[in-house]
Amino acid sequence: MIDLLTPQGAFSRCFSVWLRNAKVWSKLAGSSLLGSFAEPLFYLFALGYGLGQFIGSVEGMSYIVFLASGILSTSTMNTATFEGLYLAYTRMEVQRTWDGMLSTPLGVTDIVRGEVLWMGTKSVISALAILLVTTLSGFVESTTALWVLPIAFLTGCCFGSIALTVTALSRSYDFFMYYLSLVVTPMVLLSGVFFPLTSLPEVVRDGVSALPLFHIVEMVRPLMTGGFPDNLLIHIAVPVIYCLSFLSIAILLLKKRLLK
Amino acid sequence: MSPSVIVNATHLAKSYNGKMVVKDINLSIKKGECCGILGPNGAGKTTTMRMLVGHTKADKGMLEVLGFSIPDRAREMRSKVGVVPQIDNLDPDFSVSENLYSYGRYFGYSRKVLEPRIQKLLDFASLQDKADSRIQSLSGGMKRRLTLARSLINEPDLLILDEPTTGLDPQARQLIWQQLRQLQKEGLTIIISTHYMEEAERLCDRIIVMDKGDILADNRPESLIDEQIEPHVLEVHGEGVHEWHSTLKLEAGIRYEQVGETRFYYGLELKELIETLDGWGGLRYLYRPANLEDVFLKLTGRDLRDD
Repeated sequence: MIDLLTPQGAFSRCFSVWLRNAKVWSKLAGSSLLGSFAEPLFYLFALGYGLGQFIGSVEGMSYIVFLASGILSTSTMNTATFEGLYLAYTRMEVQRTWDGMLSTPLGVTDIVRGEVLWMGTKSVISALAILLVTTLSGFVESTTALWVLPIAFLTGCCFGSIALTVTALSRSYDFFMYYLSLVVTPMVLLSGVFFPLTSLPEVVRDGVSALPLFHIVEMVRPLMTGGFPDNLLIHIAVPVIYCLSFLSIAILLLKKRLLK
Repeated sequence: MSPSVIVNATHLAKSYNGKMVVKDINLSIKKGECCGILGPNGAGKTTTMRMLVGHTKADKGMLEVLGFSIPDRAREMRSKVGVVPQIDNLDPDFSVSENLYSYGRYFGYSRKVLEPRIQKLLDFASLQDKADSRIQSLSGGMKRRLTLARSLINEPDLLILDEPTTGLDPQARQLIWQQLRQLQKEGLTIIISTHYMEEAERLCDRIIVMDKGDILADNRPESLIDEQIEPHVLEVHGEGVHEWHSTLKLEAGIRYEQVGETRFYYGLELKELIETLDGWGGLRYLYRPANLEDVFLKLTGRDLRDD
């Protein structure tokens, strides 16, 4: 038996939450994988070939290659967001899984950390699937693309933490539409997923540099096209700061909600 | 830590938005007791139970469970406590034995420790044949038995059950009671919240009646009946009950109440009253010893609680 009360126990406690989610996922992996990778690939091929015909090359590469890194970044974000909103809310309010966990030595902090680690993991799985298909299709330039996987983990943890914060404030599933429509969608459109930011006014570009997804795309794109990201530290630091801040906020809000 | 005292609470109080839901209660539960907490909706039962497992922080007072100060050392306490929640929270994506396994993992147990325990618990819950079944395929009674089995995965020193048989049919309820009695015989300390008097009377060797945040009574069930209420009850209902009642000249020492169409008479000796029923053919009556329900209704009143 692992002594859960020691500091090493803290990791074991998070891990038992992670393990529970991983086991559920492995049972339903078919439909889950379909959602996290079939849909983005439809977008990639439809837009990449369809629009690509008119666009030609962007930043010195074919549009579909440009788009592939954007789609991979968005999709890793979406995977964690969906998990942190709908699935986490279901575990909290419908299945009462967290209530069950709270009757064991696990605390809210352990649950939130375990959930976020799982969201990071799920984003890696999603990135891996897309990377595989894009590589087989010849849109990936070099093995540096494998560095996308740890970035996907960071993406998952970052957007998972934000999503859990939204979930902590939600009274029903309907509330998620505000976050998705007013935050996620504009961020996707402005973060250089579909088109380079050079086409935007400077004011907007300055604002965009505060968004975590922008920094993810700035790292993923060069890595998938044989280059190396400029200003790597900044691009890592911004999502890390978002992740840690929202992780703390989510823990605080969920303590308030679950331990009233 | 005194191992013979399982719960020790002094001057516990909790309010939400200025409303006191638990008012300065004192509680001491000894090892091996099976203690029932009774009360209508809004009595403060749930808040008290939540405080016991460290899910709600008391505003005032001191609470120790298994010798651990709560909520500061709630994690250590919970590693030795089993909890059966009011609402089932089994994992619908897991089979019966997977539910037990993943719950055991939350306590840090390895597969090696868990496997023999899971077998034992499946036997205990009479779910041997259902080990690989999905949760959706279980009946309500089976789910409850599994939840009870799950709460024993850490071989607890204290079992806390929140309305464990609400919504079950009589057969399923009997089986749960039988299992709880077995645990009690093995010396497990049990705290059970319920609003079924029959459940409390059959299982508990100690009853705590709560209402509006206060403890109104705390004693053995039979002592509670002795001290709180007259020994005999006559229930009368049916056509003409009010006319019959108006002809009565009630002796001193007989107390009566009316609930809907039924009249209740309480007293040491009610034989004379029963004789007056002769000739009133439309009346139905029941003469019986007083029970816990009478005590409960006397203490908490007969008005309906919707909150």
